[in-house]
Amino acid sequence: MTSPRPAGGGSAPGGETGVAVAEERRGAGADDAPYLHADYRSTVLRAPLRPPVRAPYGPTELAGPGPEAVVGSRSTAPPAADLTRRPSGGEAIGERIVVHGRVLDADGRPMPGVLVEVWQANAAGRYAHEIDDHPAPLDPNFGGAGWCCTDDDGAYRFVTIKPGAYPWKNHENAWRPAHIHFSVMGRAFAQRLVTQMYFPGDPLFDADPIANAIADASARARLVARFDWTRTVPLWALAYRFDLTLGGRAATPLEPAGRPGGRP
Amino acid sequence: MSAPRTPSQTIGPFFGFALPWPDGPHVVAPGTALAVALTGRLLDGRGDPVTDGLLEIWQADPEGRLGRPSTDFRGFGRCPTDGAGRYRFVTRKPGPVRALDGAVHAPQIAVSVFARGLLRRARTRVYFADEPALNAADPVLSRLDAAARETLLAQPVAGGYALDVRLQGPGETVFFDG
Repeated sequence: MTSPRPAGGGSAPGGETGVAVAEERRGAGADDAPYLHADYRSTVLRAPLRPPVRAPYGPTELAGPGPEAVVGSRSTAPPAADLTRRPSGGEAIGERIVVHGRVLDADGRPMPGVLVEVWQANAAGRYAHEIDDHPAPLDPNFGGAGWCCTDDDGAYRFVTIKPGAYPWKNHENAWRPAHIHFSVMGRAFAQRLVTQMYFPGDPLFDADPIANAIADASARARLVARFDWTRTVPLWALAYRFDLTLGGRAATPLEPAGRPGGRP
Repeated sequence: MSAPRTPSQTIGPFFGFALPWPDGPHVVAPGTALAVALTGRLLDGRGDPVTDGLLEIWQADPEGRLGRPSTDFRGFGRCPTDGAGRYRFVTRKPGPVRALDGAVHAPQIAVSVFARGLLRRARTRVYFADEPALNAADPVLSRLDAAARETLLAQPVAGGYALDVRLQGPGETVFFDG
């Protein structure tokens, strides 16, 4: 179902009845930040300045790697969905939390078998990364990186530590709100998403130039997890829910080749 | 009914301990016959190397087949840029792909660029300068003017192909919407 629009985005090719091809679902759009957002200083020399070329996705972009192709040599290790435990047996320091949710496609359908990768600072606001020079303690029992695949219902679940806020050098007295980085592969290259999850009620959120690069407040709010009583674990962990809806689309190779466009 | 998308955010500077893995840049296993290196640099608007970027590639196999990963051919690669802004994948040159509508797409590699300072991915394509006939007939490449096209053409070099990705400024790489 590649059914690309004619070059230049004209009208639909003939023979496709009842199928909206005029506006292909895109992997990015008005809800996203522009590339250039000067309040976030690193964009100034890195933002592409020419308007992106709008072209239909090609067959390559409408396909994508399965999780096994992405985890590579890591596939010999079990999925690392619990970030609070290390093989050494030690336990991470901080407020233990469950972070869960579902990965949905642009039609709101759950996406099973999708690789979700996360990484974050520790409870003190420091990453287990050699380039992080924030003078806060490292936790030998917290690596801060994990991954898993969504289940048949498109659901994922991590156990981790609530990350701390940390200062950065973007402007005078700049602090990143607590956040967890998410990388979601989707089923097609067109659906690839890298984003950040924030926590409800964080006073730093409204002052963050990275979050505020998204102009629309309701779009920005979709990056804030919901506190979720239903998935707390009594006497053990609080819980947050963060659903992700991917843009773009994937080809559906099971459709008859003679009927481009798909859904009735 | 379309659900509201989750917006992108930058990958930031600290992904290095989480996303890359040792054989990530190997779309094919080392030593694979006819393997080629795809190399280049990621450059900012001043022409300085971006040393904390991440490139991902996805492609058809040499026969133009998509999504048939095997132990020999993964189709996907992930490579962080090094201290000089360089990336290096080891892969096979993809074949042309025939879409369901019959259009033939020139050999190409889909590329995502992520970095601190990129609030969303920069999506581009690598085509091959030594495929002039297929390139001229490609439904997307053929729409671009010569200067824009040039930014997407990997040049043959010893051992493979090379193409720099310029995020901004003179020779800025063509990026695609979405």
